[in-house]
Amino acid sequence: MKAKEEMVFIAILIGLALAPLFLSEFRTNLLGKFVAYAILAIGLDLIWGYTGILSLGHGVYFGLGGYAMAMYLKLEAANGKLPDFMSWSGLEVLPWFWQPFANGAAAMVLAILIPTGIALVIGYLTFKNRIQGVYFSILSQALALIFVVLFVGQQAYTGGTNGLTNYKSIMGLPLANDTTKLVLYYVAVGLLGLTYYLCRVLVNRRIGKILIAIRDGENRVRFSGYNPAAYKIFVYCLSAAIAGVAGAVFVPQVGIISPAEMGIVPSIEMIIWVAIGGRGTLVGAVIGAILVNALKSGVSESFPAVWSYFIGLAFVAVVLFMPAGIVGLARKLARRLRLPGSKDVKAGEAA
Amino acid sequence: MTNSVWQMLKKRLAAALAVTLTASVVLTGCSSSQPANQAASPASETIKVGILHSLSGTMAISEVSVKDAELMAIEEINAAGGLLGKKIEPVIEDGASNWTTFAEKAKKLLQQDKVATVFGCWTSASRKAVLPVFEENKGLLWYPVQYEGMESSPNIFYTGAAPNQQIVPAVEWLLQNKGKKMFLLGSDYVFPRTANKIIKEQLKAMGGELIAEEYTPLGHTDYSTIINKIKASKPDVVFNTLNGDSNVAFFKQLKDAGITAKDLTTCSVSVAEEEVRGIGAANMEGHLVSWNYYQTTDTPENKEFVKNYKAKYGADRVTDDPIEAAYIAVYLWAEAVKKAGTTDIEQVKEAAKGIEFKAPEGLVKIEGENQHIWKPVRIGEVTADGLIKEIWSTGQTVRPDPYLKTYDWAKGLSN
Amino acid sequence: METYILQLFNGISVSSIYILAALGLAITFGLMKVINMAHGEFIMIGAYATYVMQNIFLHYVDKSLFGYYFVAAIPVAFLVAGAMGFLLEGAVIKHLYGRPLDSILATWGISLVLQQLARSIFGAPNVDVQSPGWLEGALVISQGLQFPYKRLFIIVLVIACIIGVFVFLYKSKYGIQIRAVMQNRAMAASLGINTRLVDAYTFAVGSGIAGIAGCALTLLGSIGSTVGTYYIVDTFMVVVLGGVGTLLGTIAGGLVIGTANTTFEFFTNTSLGKVLVFTLVILFLQWRPKGLFTINSRSLD
Repeated sequence: MKAKEEMVFIAILIGLALAPLFLSEFRTNLLGKFVAYAILAIGLDLIWGYTGILSLGHGVYFGLGGYAMAMYLKLEAANGKLPDFMSWSGLEVLPWFWQPFANGAAAMVLAILIPTGIALVIGYLTFKNRIQGVYFSILSQALALIFVVLFVGQQAYTGGTNGLTNYKSIMGLPLANDTTKLVLYYVAVGLLGLTYYLCRVLVNRRIGKILIAIRDGENRVRFSGYNPAAYKIFVYCLSAAIAGVAGAVFVPQVGIISPAEMGIVPSIEMIIWVAIGGRGTLVGAVIGAILVNALKSGVSESFPAVWSYFIGLAFVAVVLFMPAGIVGLARKLARRLRLPGSKDVKAGEAA
Repeated sequence: MTNSVWQMLKKRLAAALAVTLTASVVLTGCSSSQPANQAASPASETIKVGILHSLSGTMAISEVSVKDAELMAIEEINAAGGLLGKKIEPVIEDGASNWTTFAEKAKKLLQQDKVATVFGCWTSASRKAVLPVFEENKGLLWYPVQYEGMESSPNIFYTGAAPNQQIVPAVEWLLQNKGKKMFLLGSDYVFPRTANKIIKEQLKAMGGELIAEEYTPLGHTDYSTIINKIKASKPDVVFNTLNGDSNVAFFKQLKDAGITAKDLTTCSVSVAEEEVRGIGAANMEGHLVSWNYYQTTDTPENKEFVKNYKAKYGADRVTDDPIEAAYIAVYLWAEAVKKAGTTDIEQVKEAAKGIEFKAPEGLVKIEGENQHIWKPVRIGEVTADGLIKEIWSTGQTVRPDPYLKTYDWAKGLSN
Repeated sequence: METYILQLFNGISVSSIYILAALGLAITFGLMKVINMAHGEFIMIGAYATYVMQNIFLHYVDKSLFGYYFVAAIPVAFLVAGAMGFLLEGAVIKHLYGRPLDSILATWGISLVLQQLARSIFGAPNVDVQSPGWLEGALVISQGLQFPYKRLFIIVLVIACIIGVFVFLYKSKYGIQIRAVMQNRAMAASLGINTRLVDAYTFAVGSGIAGIAGCALTLLGSIGSTVGTYYIVDTFMVVVLGGVGTLLGTIAGGLVIGTANTTFEFFTNTSLGKVLVFTLVILFLQWRPKGLFTINSRSLD
């Protein structure tokens, strides 16, 4: 089963790599954004699908990664001067914690380290204290709220509600340039492949089995002599790091990051990508993230109201009728088609 | 053996292709009609313009009626024969109250639909989000809402008030007529913070006194503590830059605390007729606001405008400043296109300089230097029927000065 | 001095709203272990029910009686929200018992649908609910010390609701059945209790109380399709802080968060106040994960 899913993923990757040949510049850019979301979804699947930790505040880590990148882009655009929003918020010198971000490489490392560090603190406290299940979900939601209020309230340091926007170049390459855009797109696709591969290797090893065991019966794992907290902290940090990468990939392509991306609503939307694609499969997370966002972009363009109904009902339908998501459905279909004798033609048709 | 493996492989490949295909079909699905349109557009009968507002989410409250006004202006122009012999065709996009979505949709309008211009945005955040998109793609945006100033993009025309056409004159009038001690209350985002920064400088220069400066998150609902702070600090005036829902909570709770317009002067700059409806006229009667236009503004153009707007959208609808500013934005653009004889953005911008238009608020003029417009300033009082009565006005139009360069005390504000 | 007394009153007043909004949650979450993310939307339903009642009184009932629409709106809000809760339980929630994480997702989806439904029916702009005349004004102790009638009324309403819930749960036949089912479902069923029905009306009562909260909120702020979203995280924090499964805990949680919020807000500012309160709650829960009031249980997971 896993091998097949790996092949599906490789096919997706090839499809993504070829996509710029067929899509307009605008759609390619949009697809690049979805790829960033897909990276995040893999990390989310790791903690929710495999380990059973439902985080309703993962937007925070995505946002922190995004802000780290955005701070660098903003400083590069400011070209040695104070970023515009700081001067209109009354600052005169660059705050000390902004200074490391002037260096692109440092900013990219921090885009991973900051989310990981915060996840380490949160994860250490909550999982050590055995806060589990819905309690963790509710706390993670409060976490998202805290960060949003904090980022909105500290306009001089974070750009407030506006967030950070109006970048000019990345590593000296102008962002408006078509080649830069294409490079950014392929970097995103490459990172998606890398993230998937990393997580695939991880879940195929023994640690993957322990994570699933924690999901299905944490106490039994504990009684078997393992320390579930350590595994949970590790996987939570890893998923935060992945979210940070996704945020950093997202920002230069989209051109803006704002507290709205860190809030509870986007955080829960991220869960639905994984749920629709199929939790606990990694490839499902990728499919879900790309498909749901493509649909959203398409449907909401013409019918904003319909989108709300659609996504709302999709939540209910997935939970009630197809808990294994699209991947689960495909598996079921494949199994059913394999049972009778001549089925290959049918399979082609069904596809 | 090898045969079955190959067949399985083929099956998997087909499945995988199907997945990627669905994704890309969905992606291209909506755009599939675009190439045809694009190919047809140079010779076709229509000029495409973009309309970009939040039709869903928290900002839909305000932006839907602004969109309605823009559509009405487009219809009127089309009914009168169109523009350059062609009809104007609006392409409507939903920004969904999310700044990232605004940027994405702006890109779509400019790159896919290749619109001649865009009318859109409400919040400063959404404008700041689309600004780089318009500059990068050499697009043109008409922004219809009063804002905090300190900006003048070559790709944006601002038809709402600059700070010197709303906030600064209001503060000056309040200091002269209502008292020196001012309490600043606003929602926590860029417009109130920047507005208050301006006001603080102005208070220093004009002998006013800053009592306190308070911000609440957007959507905040409990103002009992803030009202208690107001009570304890006894200001002469509360200068209110709260936005959206929060105004409802603030004014309802202010009244409950036994404070009416007789006891305390408040002056709001983000509350217009549309918002008064949501707050309830009874809760706001007698409170002051500052704008450039009211539904009651007495000009022949306005009588016509209000009549048409109500005929089109319902007698219970009201017009207000941003609605009017959005409406005239379409006309100003059309005038500029007529003068330029083309929709080419550089030529339209050049032609727009100095264009005059008999707007419902009075005769307005585009200031070429900063692409804002000359507007009259009016201070008004909310009446029992939920409308606003003008109690003071500058009479003449005021020159837009987004960076407040003509005010000595504002030297330190714009760098 | 007056300022501080008033501030204390504000703290209690804000707490009372938290308690009212969380009381229904204490039943659906605390007793039934269902994470109902659509709880805020039941608050919204109650608020819109009040709006509809106001319009009915405005158009179909004698003007002199208009002031009483609010009295009529309270039971109506309870019944409408309760009925919606009953439907929801039957259609969706009943499949999700024992799957708390899934219930979060499904009910979140429902909340999106309900919000859009409200927009489709009542329009995107917020609606104005006029407060009845007899709730206007304030109890004047001195010039600087006035207690608004609306806030006093809400406090009384909350106390009434608390007493009502206690009597219902601990004195009535239904309440005894509910507690029996929640404590030991199999045993209760074997004693002849229709556990399906008990589930359904427990959920309905929890939702109905949210409806009353919505009714009360119309006195204070604006009513729109997203009104519930402003309260949902706060109310969950109230229940978790208090301790899941105890009504007393919910009341204590509401009082702590409400007064802490207003106090921090008074001494710092609104944003920082909120951040401080939530951070402290999260830290407190690290120390006592089960909240202020704990129910000792030997069951594992």
